[in-house]
Amino acid sequence: MVEEIGRTADGNIIINVGPQHPATHGVLHLVITINGETIIKVEPHLGYIHRSIEKMCESLTYRQFIYVTSRMDYLSSHINNHACALCVENGLQVEVPARAQVIRVLMDELTRIASHELWWGAMAMDLGAFTPFFHAFRERETINDIMEETCGARLTMNYMVPGGVMQDIHPNFQQRVKDFIKLYKSKISEYDELVTGNIIFQNRMKGVGYLSPEDAVSFGVSGPPARGSGVSCDTRKTYPYEIYNQLQFEEILETEGDSFARYMVRIREMNQSIKIIEQLIDNIPEGDFQAKTKAVLKLPKGEFLQKVETARGQFGVYIVSEGGTTPYRIKFRSPGFSNLSALDHMARGSKLGDLVAMMGTLDLVIPDIDR
Amino acid sequence: MTNEALKEKILQLSPAVSFEEGGQWLTIIVTPAAWHSLAAQLRNDKALFFNFLFCLTCIDWKTHLTMVYHLESVQFRHNIVIKSKLDAADPSIATVSDIWQTANFHEREVYEMFGVNFINHPDLRLLILPDGWENKRPLLKNFEDPVNMIKL
Repeated sequence: MVEEIGRTADGNIIINVGPQHPATHGVLHLVITINGETIIKVEPHLGYIHRSIEKMCESLTYRQFIYVTSRMDYLSSHINNHACALCVENGLQVEVPARAQVIRVLMDELTRIASHELWWGAMAMDLGAFTPFFHAFRERETINDIMEETCGARLTMNYMVPGGVMQDIHPNFQQRVKDFIKLYKSKISEYDELVTGNIIFQNRMKGVGYLSPEDAVSFGVSGPPARGSGVSCDTRKTYPYEIYNQLQFEEILETEGDSFARYMVRIREMNQSIKIIEQLIDNIPEGDFQAKTKAVLKLPKGEFLQKVETARGQFGVYIVSEGGTTPYRIKFRSPGFSNLSALDHMARGSKLGDLVAMMGTLDLVIPDIDR
Repeated sequence: MTNEALKEKILQLSPAVSFEEGGQWLTIIVTPAAWHSLAAQLRNDKALFFNFLFCLTCIDWKTHLTMVYHLESVQFRHNIVIKSKLDAADPSIATVSDIWQTANFHEREVYEMFGVNFINHPDLRLLILPDGWENKRPLLKNFEDPVNMIKL
């Protein structure tokens, strides 16, 4: 598909970014038409890590298919698993024990912080600052260690199952999370000193990659990129699932719609996640961590959709069941896929160097886009 | 708006549609020929204002295909599901990428995976699949691929 290297008929230059490029954070291929330094068009070519997860799921049972979803958005694996578990529970009409619900939300929010930490480090690295990456990973590693202790994995957790969670939390879990909160609070000011307040960084972000609220909605953009344009779309608030309607937290909105606004949304969102964790960490109810479910799960005939808020935006699981042990058809609505579709619109008319800032603030995870 | 109010309102706009019972949200069945004008009305009507196309996908029922659209209004927080039955031999339906821009990518995906022809789509070609996968339609139920095994 890439015969277009060279010049177009009207003298514009066509260049390729990717599929292997440090700024794409994965195998994304962009064919960019430029006139001088100005971007005329950005055309994404996808599929370098397409594994046909939707087709695969058609031959996996309702217990098995959740494990595949950890491999989509690997930075939000808990939240992906959560969506699938909720969707199956919705079909089976299973009541999840209170303890499992709290553990799930705790894990979701820890994941969100870890994901935003990684994004923050990688984003700064894309713009030429290497140090923030190490700062971000210092905190992120702590979360990964907490996850490893309870889930046995650091990236593909597979911890949430239909009915609850796989096993109870590790005895050290609560103490280590509290230690993490203390660490996080002592370090978060460094983030602002290092990057947020940096005048060079601000100049590279402000006014770059403007996305109007109307366009954000039309392109199906969700998550921090949409909230940076002032579109209220936090699924935790708009369609509360699990126990989010009982928790005190704010939906972060910025109205500028540029890269800096999207950056600020994520930074402020981390603090809200900390707030949620603080509310729950001392209040984990006693009881079962998993509801009793049958060994072989059969969803009734029908269609089930569950939306959740991952670190990147609205993730949807759509199951069409014919009453069997495997889904007849399954569709994963991944936030990255829709967010990426707005990139061309955002980038047109801006400078080539700014493309990296735009891609950075869209927070693209390629396996999530390709599925 | 509640489901009943939505139902009433949509029946006023387009009396030809029918409804499917038992779903999570109001489900509307529309013929492929009537879809584009209904879509424009759903998007532009001030009381409905379905401006967010959450998801668009296709289901292969072996005898026919069904397009499924999940619409949401960001302002009013109401949801509907639209379904349209397509002929398996020649599946085609009008594009809605002029109404919701996100449909551009989603329809390209459905095109390569199911072979649905989106009439008036600005750029209908492979998106995820590599060159050489034209006309293979991997998400159809009768698709077999012994080389790249995806059935477990």
